[in-house]
Amino acid sequence: MHNTSDIHIEDLSKIEGHTNLDIGIKGDKVTSVKLRISENKRFYTQAIRGLTIDEIPSLVSRICGTCSISHMTCAIEALETALGVEPSEQTLVLRNLSMNGTILRDHAMHLYLFCLPDIIGTDSVLDFGPKDMRIVERGLAVKKAANNLATLVAGRAVHAIYPKLGGFTQAPEEAKANRLVKEMKYVRDNVFDALDLFLGSDYELECSARDVAMVNDDFNFVKGSIMTSDGQAIQDDEFQDHLHRVVLPYSQATGFEFQGKEYKVGALPRINLNEKSLHKDTRKDAAKHLKPFPSKNIYHNNLAQAIEMLHCIDNSIELLESSDFKDESPLMPKGKSGAGVGVIEAPRGTLYYELIVKDSRIHDGTLVIPTAQNQVNMERDIRKLVEEDLSRGTDRHTMEHDIEKLIRAYDPCMSCASHFLKVRWKQEQ
Amino acid sequence: MAGRAVGKRKKLRIGWFTFTCCEGCATVFVELMNDHFKEWREQIDFRHCRILKSKNDMRGMDLAIVEGAIASKDDVDKLKTIRRNAKRVMIVGSCAINGMPAALRNNFDAKKMKEIQPILRKFGHLPKVEPVVKFIKVDSQVPGCPMSDKMFLAELGGYLAEFGVKSAPGE
Repeated sequence: MHNTSDIHIEDLSKIEGHTNLDIGIKGDKVTSVKLRISENKRFYTQAIRGLTIDEIPSLVSRICGTCSISHMTCAIEALETALGVEPSEQTLVLRNLSMNGTILRDHAMHLYLFCLPDIIGTDSVLDFGPKDMRIVERGLAVKKAANNLATLVAGRAVHAIYPKLGGFTQAPEEAKANRLVKEMKYVRDNVFDALDLFLGSDYELECSARDVAMVNDDFNFVKGSIMTSDGQAIQDDEFQDHLHRVVLPYSQATGFEFQGKEYKVGALPRINLNEKSLHKDTRKDAAKHLKPFPSKNIYHNNLAQAIEMLHCIDNSIELLESSDFKDESPLMPKGKSGAGVGVIEAPRGTLYYELIVKDSRIHDGTLVIPTAQNQVNMERDIRKLVEEDLSRGTDRHTMEHDIEKLIRAYDPCMSCASHFLKVRWKQEQ
Repeated sequence: MAGRAVGKRKKLRIGWFTFTCCEGCATVFVELMNDHFKEWREQIDFRHCRILKSKNDMRGMDLAIVEGAIASKDDVDKLKTIRRNAKRVMIVGSCAINGMPAALRNNFDAKKMKEIQPILRKFGHLPKVEPVVKFIKVDSQVPGCPMSDKMFLAELGGYLAEFGVKSAPGE
């Protein structure tokens, strides 16, 4: 009667970082789902305390290699809010461009190298035949353009050099900016491979969790209001009133709930809530790819990422063509103490930094990262998927592959998820 | 499995391994693929590379590439297994070479240490985060945070030549 056959997947592949998954099964019911993030913590929450404000941006960059510019940008925004710095117009343009480069690069890595084998039906891009290999090569050209954009604007794509509190130490050179516009225009067409493939994918899992994402009028990733799919707006400095930490004793990470219920962040919520603000060329040329939105199908997160890639290219071309960059020095903070919140959209969703500064040093900090916000919901969706598979009599091997595909659809980042958590073991009981 | 899809020419059998770090060096590696993916597919047999494939096998590696610092007992065991299975080990990036910035906790004061102690115990962390050389012999290193892409290419080229996959630079 009790056909208990648990599933354990060790060290999931083709995602960022390390995680294991334990699923308890009894008959055709799932008794538990535990996504155990196995990255060793590096304790950034503790490490930043006592450091000077100048040390913070380049240190938090080291939380995550692939989204380093997101952490840097969000920390800078929190420090500027805390210390009364109003960044210049040019600084905001450069931040938008460096985040476009980050999102484009990160999505391209995820879609072309991690997800594409699921669509093509192989284990790895290394196993592709010549025809599918062509798609990867065209995708890598997009990724290269994104890397070049981040390098032009921020100095490096991984652990950037130019972004500082108050501005950028260097402005892009005009000749290089012009070359990059040409490169972006050249690779733009390549993105349609991904758009068509992910539009054509028939994977489906309805996820009813609330969407939470930044909404603004030009689909930038740096400034806007946090909105939910049920019409609530969250003020930056009130985010802690809405997001509640959930301790997961089996994981080196914690999860979050929004007003007591699971929610989701990332490309899918962004497109669901802010589709109308995408670049006009993206809306025109990806009109058929935008038809499924707003969507509850979690696999559409990958289609949403492909749409964002096109938007990042179109928006960057427009910003580079319409800007005349001048040398500017980063602004100096007016005060030495204060508290500030930074909120941006990182590749995988909304990223929050709250930093409390005393005498130009960090007194305390709270970081809420996208993968931690998605974890509770991700576990719930895995449960749903496994129960659907069990009722259909799906074999174990297929089921495990289905689970991996689902997790990859979420695009979790375990480096981020595990490295800066508040230690609150009392809540474990 | 030995000899799988190596084609006519011999390939360098490599593994990429990530310990405690931000995976920034792996990101640089993935960015180098933008220009080198085609040639690497011909020259390299990726025996173990979690970011690219799920069916991984670390047996019989010519070269193991290791990023990240060593922070837990599990890390130490895995590192030693990698060393046993690889003819050469190359470490990349600041965390693997000197522990930092992954080793931030080594310098924590008593108050911070007390906060993190339960986690260190629960997940089998080492008392201090250590560089790779503390536990195994390494054959070469690529410094930088993240690793220098140019030095990485030069080192990799050296190993491709050493194992007869391509001629040495200048030959």
